[in-house]
Parts: sequence; structure tokens; C-alpha cells
Amino acid sequence: MSEKYDVIVVGAGPAGVTTAYLTAKAGLKTILFERGDHPGAKNVMGGVLYRKPTEDVIANFWKEAPLERHVIEQNLWILDKNSVVKAGYRTKAQDQEPYNAFTVFRSRFDRWFAQKAVEAGALLITETVVEDLIWDNHFVVGVKTGRPQGDVYGSVVVLAEGVNSMLTQKAGLQKDGLNTAQLAVAVKEVIALDKEKIESRFNLEEGQGATIELVGDATMGMMGTAFIYTNTDSLSVGVGALLSQVVRQKINPNELLEHLKNHPIVRPLLEGGETKEYLGHLIPEGGYNAIPKVYTNGVVVVGDAAQFVNGIHREGSNMAMISGKLAAETIIDAHKIGEFDERALSHYQKKLSNSFIIKDLKKYQNASGFFETNDHIFSLYPSLLNKAAEEFTTVDNVPKREKQRRIMELVTSERSKLEILRDIYRGWRVMG
Amino acid sequence: MHFVVCVKQVPDSSEVRVDPETNTLIREGVPSIINPYDAHAVEEAVRLKEKYGGKVTVISMGPPQAEEVIRKSIQFGADEGILLSDRKFAGSDTLATSYVLTQGIKKLAEREPFDLIFCGKQAIDGDTAQVGPGIAARLKIPQLTYVLNIEEINVEEKTIKLHRKLEGMREVISAKLPALLTVVQDLNELRYAPLPNMIRAARYRPQVWTTENIEVEDDKIGLNGSPTAVRKIFAPPEREGGEIIPGGQENPEETARKLVERLLKEEIIADK
Ligand SMILES: Cc1cc2nc3c(=O)[nH]c(=O)nc-3n(C[C@H](O)[C@H](O)[C@H](O)COP(=O)(O)OP(=O)(O)OC[C@H]3O[C@@H](n4cnc5c(N)ncnc54)[C@H](O)[C@@H]3O)c2cc1C
Repeated sequence: MSEKYDVIVVGAGPAGVTTAYLTAKAGLKTILFERGDHPGAKNVMGGVLYRKPTEDVIANFWKEAPLERHVIEQNLWILDKNSVVKAGYRTKAQDQEPYNAFTVFRSRFDRWFAQKAVEAGALLITETVVEDLIWDNHFVVGVKTGRPQGDVYGSVVVLAEGVNSMLTQKAGLQKDGLNTAQLAVAVKEVIALDKEKIESRFNLEEGQGATIELVGDATMGMMGTAFIYTNTDSLSVGVGALLSQVVRQKINPNELLEHLKNHPIVRPLLEGGETKEYLGHLIPEGGYNAIPKVYTNGVVVVGDAAQFVNGIHREGSNMAMISGKLAAETIIDAHKIGEFDERALSHYQKKLSNSFIIKDLKKYQNASGFFETNDHIFSLYPSLLNKAAEEFTTVDNVPKREKQRRIMELVTSERSKLEILRDIYRGWRVMG
Repeated sequence: MHFVVCVKQVPDSSEVRVDPETNTLIREGVPSIINPYDAHAVEEAVRLKEKYGGKVTVISMGPPQAEEVIRKSIQFGADEGILLSDRKFAGSDTLATSYVLTQGIKKLAEREPFDLIFCGKQAIDGDTAQVGPGIAARLKIPQLTYVLNIEEINVEEKTIKLHRKLEGMREVISAKLPALLTVVQDLNELRYAPLPNMIRAARYRPQVWTTENIEVEDDKIGLNGSPTAVRKIFAPPEREGGEIIPGGQENPEETARKLVERLLKEEIIADK
């Protein structure tokens, strides 16, 4: 006769660890399964970790968690072949405690975070894959792991398995699976570079960090973004693009990253660095329309498994944590009345709907569909913008009115005024 | 039967590099694992326990985080684990380490006498292969190194029959128990730990013994008790030269013949 748990959590990423930490802290008997050697071993993020949502789980975490730099400057670079148009924001307000965001390595952060859950009383079982759910009369009553004598029973199973949501699909919550237009593929390198070099190249002082998101030629015009983030003594450099486009254009992500690293504007930032690590991962980009049903009898789904990623704002870990927290609250309440059926767990859905998670995802619900079918937004406009800037900054005795006319001519030669108006209108509709 | 296994936490060698300038090992940020030979030692002890009955106790000397290797051993099926951990042990060489482990085992034996002690052939971070034999010498029990296969234990007569791996041959040998074995990796295949063991290991908190708990003399432990001085560690020079016999793509048979001729000429292979 095997023992029974109050909560079984599958996956020790930010979502699963949050739930396990909070339920264990509330005194519920919690077991947390992770297939990696240790939590975070295979997890990938740019990665910018946000202070406020993390602090909603562990107050003052930033005083002891393994973090790299606190972010004081965020940039957007719109790249063309040989040029860039930049926008950015730098503030002293984010240079002081308790800070706004941090760059992190997930292999270190997740490990630390999971240790907190263990200290709170959760049982962490690593190197163990959960392969299936155990059903009893339309109720999920436990999980099957890949180990001998591997069945475990519990009142509720939390699926925090990340983007590769096999169990969510097996639970019948994501009937059609995922398609390539709902997934981005991202690759990233960690490039070691002297602290002093990082600080001088990015205009930073000790401890301060900067981020750059890049579009346009950074993804060879595909729908996606690239990023360069500063760590203590390395840079995280990566690029992600919609899987459907990568497949259609037959460009492998590796080539994209090489293209980015060798871009004449990017290369000087990386000069002299040594690649230490190479990582790849999927990102759920389906948004609101791809969200599965997030609960059923004895099950809730949190984090990436539930598609909670806002690609436009580079938010994922925060949604993972807050959804994990809302799930924990629901479970703690359900535990009090001893009911874990759909009705009891549907409170999780209600909490989500009232939170920024569903509100934000709903706001952008048509964005990825729009961009995915309008490639030129990521290829044509960045290039036009750069050409306009070129015209504007070249002093060559041409009257300004003439320059404006030339820019207009350049733009309309590529796309008619009507089409541009339509792009703006539609873009505004999906983003605004 | 009481099986005692000595285990050590080591840096994952597949990730350790030698600093070319200072000739020291770069251990920073490298994950720790159970010494691979020791894992096989635990596995063998657990198999013997399953066959002959009894108990497996693992013992390790190391910093507090070496608790991890004890938990790993519990996953494989060990029953109990003891961590010998004290600041005063820091800096121990093989002489001091074998002393501390011996004292720990003696203390353990007061409670439960042992029949067989296992060690790995060597630890992959130092490659000395001295600690196991050191313990056997201190305990004045037979030592059987490079054990490849345990044929049988005679529980009544307290004897063991086993195979040792020697260069180009095997030695089949019997010994009286208690004895100490050092094992090679070919001895067995590590099991995929069943879930109940994983859960037990996750909950397990090993006993920690310090200089308060075991009887040790101060001048035999830590740096004081360690006469060994490491002069230099260096990566062996890359092998030079080599010769590529061209033409393999176009004419494999002819090229293979040329290769064999060369090997014969250099007396690397023998002509029949
Ligand atoms: C390149 C890249 C850059 C990103 N940058 C950012 C960023 O800068 N900021 C940000 O907030 N977000 C970012 N994200 C998104 C963020 O990483 C995710 O949203 C977040 O990790 C989701 O957390 P999670 O806990 O839901 O899933 P994950 O972090 O994926 O964790 C899932 C865990 O479950 C385990 N698991 C899965 N299946 C099983 C199973 N069957 N049995 C046992 N264990 C299992 C996995 O090993 C894994 O540890 C980025 C993502 C990528 C790929």
C-alpha cells in the first residue's frame, strides 16, 4: 500500500516550484517531480526575472537568490543589414533596492528556488519522469513515473510540465495538441566575457545590467526576436522565431544565431567572448487562443503548460509563478473542504481570469496570428525605418522637404499607402 | 551480513578542466557526483544484501554537502549512511583520510560489526587508489583490489570467492572475512532506482559524526596529518604525429592492405 500525498506537482520550473513551495508551507503533504538531474538543469530562459511576481512568492528573495545583474536599462534595436535604429529606457529608479528585474541563469535560480520548496517541506524527486496519469472513474488520482514501483497517489495533480505539455494532452485538456504556428523555437549561447568589458561596452557600473531585444534582420525578417542580456561575467545571446516560419523558410535556428552573432552591429559587443554553453528550447506563443482547459477532476495546469506566455513583453516566468500561486491558493482552499473535483478546482480559472495573466493574453489574442500571416511586418518595416534614418542623418545639401519626399517614395515603392494604412490599423487593433 | 561501503563526493570529471597557466584543477561551478567506482561498490553491496541478507551502511568523509552522495547511495538501496564531517578533516591526504574513515568504521563496528568493506578502485579526482588499501592495512584485514566479480560468499564459514582484474588476465581468489574490496566498474550495472528508494532518499538525513563522535588524534587528521605535498598537476601533452594513410575513400581494400603492412612492419600486430 503506497502512501498518499495531498499534492503531486509535475515539473520543477518556476510554476511547479511556486505551487509546491506554497502548498508545503501551508502544511500540505507535497511531492515535486523533476525529470532533470536537478531543477533547472535543462531549463532555458533569456533570462530576465521580475522582482515583484517573484516576491509575491518569496519576500526578499533577491537578497539571497543566485542572480546576475539588476536591470537598469532596456533597449529595442530595429536592425537592418548594416544599421540599426535604437530605442531604450534607462533609469536610476531601477538601480536601487528592491530593484525591478534581474538577469539570471535558470540552472542556478531554479535549483535555489526548489531548495526553498524543500525547506518548506516539499519532497523533491529528481531524475524521474512522470509518464502518465492514473485515473479512477473520470478522476485523476495519481501519476505513473518511469521508475520501478513508480505509481504515486494524491488528491490533486499539478501539471507544471512546461511547453511540452504531454500530460496536459493526456488529461484531455488540450485535445488538438500544439501546432507549429503556436510555438517559437529559441536558441541561446552563454558567452563568457570579462566583467570590465561588459561594463564598458554596455555603459554599466558594477552590478548593473542592460537588456537588448532585437528585431528585423536579427531574425532574418521572420516573426521573432533576438536578445542580448548582460550577466555578471557573461552575455546571454539568443534568438527565437516562430516554428512554422523556421520550417517554411528552411532556416535552422543555429544559422539564425550565427547570423546574429556575426551581424556587423552586434559583433563588436561580443568581441573576445568565449561560448560556454549552448541551449535550445521551445516557447509557447499561441497566446489566449491556445490556452487549454486548465482544470479537471483532480488536475490543474500551470505555467507554460497552460500557454501562459506573453511573447510581446517577454513575460513567461512571472506568469508561471503567479499561475502557480493561484493554483496553490485554490488547492489549499479545496483541501479545507476535502473536495478536488472540477467544481472545487474551477476557482483557479476564476482567479486567473481576474488576474493580469488572462487579461494580458486576451489583449494580444490576435497579435501572433496577425504577425504570423504578415511576414513583411518583421522584414519590410525594419528595413524601411533604417533607410529613412539613413536619409535623415545624411547631410548632403538636399532640402529637407525633398528628403521627406524621397522617404515617402521609398516606402510607397515597397508597399502602397492603402496597404500601409491597413497594416497600421490592424497592428493597432491587435496591439492596442 | 553487514556491508560497509566507503563513498566519496567528487567533481564531475567530464566537466573539470586543468587551468593551463596554474596547472591546477578548475573546480569552480563544476557539479558534484558520487565517485563512479563507489556507485558500483554500493550497487554490489546491495545485491549481496539481497542475496545473503543483512544490511548496507555507507560512510563518507567530506563537507556537509557530501550528504548528497549518501542520499544517492540510499537511492541505490543502502540502508543507512554516516557522514564524517568536521572542519578539522579539511585538507586530509590519503593517509589522513584512510585514518579518519578507519576510525569511523571502528566506531560503527562497536554497534554493528562488519563483514565486508567496499571501496571504489580509486577516486576520479585524485586517482591515487590508496585509501581503500590504507583502511585495510589499518584494520589489519585482507585487501582484495580490482574486484571484477564476486562468485560467492560462504556465510557459515565466513569466506568469499571472487575474481580480480589484472593486466591481461583474471585472478580467482578466496579470502577470509572480514575483508576489504576495491571494485572496478565492470563489476555490475547500476540499477534504475525504484521510486520508493528515491522517496526514502529524499527524506533521508544521514548521521553526521565529527571529532566529538569518533576517536581521532589531532596530528593524524587534516593538514597536520597529511605528509603528501602535490608539486604539480598537469594535463599530459597532446599526442603528436600520427600518420594518415590516404586513399581510403577511393580504394579501401588497397588502403587497408597498406595499413596492415605498416602495422606488421612496426610490430604492432603479429604476423601468423
Ligand atoms: C529562450 C527563452 C527565453 C526566455 N526569456 C524569458 C525572459 O527573459 N523572462 C521571462 O519571464 N520568461 C522568459 N522565457 C519564458 C520562460 O522561460 C517560461 O515561461 C518559464 O520557464 C515557464 O515556467 P514553467 O515552470 O511553466 O515551465 P519550465 O520552466 O519549462 O519547467 C517545466 C519543468 O518540468 C519538467 N518536466 C516536464 N515534463 C516532465 C515530466 N513528465 N516529468 C517530470 N518533469 C517534467 C521539466 O524538466 C522542467 O524542469 C523564455 C523562454 C525561452 C525558451
